[in-house]
Amino acid sequence: MATDVLNEDDRSRFEAIVMPHLDAAYNLARWLLGGRNEAEDVTQDAMLRAYRFFNTFHSGDARAWLLQIVRNCCYTWLQKNRKWVDVDELDDASVPREKETPETLAISLNDRERLTRALEQLSPHFREILVLRELEGCSYKEIAAITSRPIGTIMSALARARQQLRVLLIAPASKEARLGL
Amino acid sequence: MGCELAQTRLHAYLDGELDATGSADFNQHLRNCPVCAGALEEEEALRQGLQQARLYSRAPAGLKLRIAESLPGIRAQKSAGLGLISWRWFAVAMALLLAAFVGWRQLSIGNQRTAAVVAAVDAHLRSLQPGHLADVQSTDQHTVKPWFDGKLDFAPPVRDFSSADFPLLGGRLDVIEGRTVAALVYGRRKHFISVFVEKAAPDTSWSGSGEAQGYHWTAWNKDGFTFCGVSDVSSADLNRLKELFIQE
Repeated sequence: MATDVLNEDDRSRFEAIVMPHLDAAYNLARWLLGGRNEAEDVTQDAMLRAYRFFNTFHSGDARAWLLQIVRNCCYTWLQKNRKWVDVDELDDASVPREKETPETLAISLNDRERLTRALEQLSPHFREILVLRELEGCSYKEIAAITSRPIGTIMSALARARQQLRVLLIAPASKEARLGL
Repeated sequence: MGCELAQTRLHAYLDGELDATGSADFNQHLRNCPVCAGALEEEEALRQGLQQARLYSRAPAGLKLRIAESLPGIRAQKSAGLGLISWRWFAVAMALLLAAFVGWRQLSIGNQRTAAVVAAVDAHLRSLQPGHLADVQSTDQHTVKPWFDGKLDFAPPVRDFSSADFPLLGGRLDVIEGRTVAALVYGRRKHFISVFVEKAAPDTSWSGSGEAQGYHWTAWNKDGFTFCGVSDVSSADLNRLKELFIQE
């Protein structure tokens, strides 16, 4: 259970071990929630939670431990604000494979706006796994810990996330229909 | 058309998640499978696009301060009262003092290696202050290596690993526990990695790997040098850089 009686030692330990991962926490929240204000609020909330539960963290990967809390806070926020219907998209393998046009793709890859938009259009589960892998540099083991998924499913989930991102980069217009948003 | 591995193993290969044997096997497969070779190229282009687009959002400056202020700490509990209660606090303070003293004694008696790691992590943290990252900024190993000439009593091995997404960014001198060491700076996406290099010595060198102050570190030996990599990248990434050094 949480405790409010963390002492000075705990506090400085928290500041030394957990606070350095604030950027990672904010980046994940930013990509899961979309807006900067929401991301700031939820990150602060998650940090406070992490602090309250700090006595449950003994040793190991502090970043993964923190990001797991951040992720939970984000999903709670998304559900409360009805931004997201809880469907586990990772189980939905029906990604139509469009005819790829390499030129369009190559152009999109050099366009920050389009990349951002495509990433934001991905379902949260695919988005978080790509953000953790490509932006945060997490290992499969860390991603599995953060997203509470079996490590064996991470590889194929990443494969599908990348495939879907490519599809969105080529044909951004038809995404609502595909993702059922 | 198609190869089953393009949707599965290819990704573990791309992400550096295969062990040495698995990686060698897949390399072999790539030579014989045009589907996978093409798919790998596509995946690498996608990754490059994602990484070059500067999509990482760092926390705004004010957020850290706000969080630090909002953490309920012992400072917020001062209103507990005086008199008898203060004796309890006195006892607690004494106990903490004793614990701190014992801890300090153990640390100082304990192995120097721990101290060397802490010093390396501190040096890395210092380097992250504005303007402290590198004394010589260059992505060219043939510029960075001669820069160390005459500044150290050894010539540190300097390699660029841009092709593996660990671009060399420069080098600097650092003092670790009174010894001058070479520090090579590598980039990994938005993160920095310091690789400290010194002549291997049995009593003073780094060894092993772990996490300190929220940063990962890993140490290794090669060709009479001891290396210690420190960064906030994942331990998997740090290990990959270590492998690159060892394979050189």
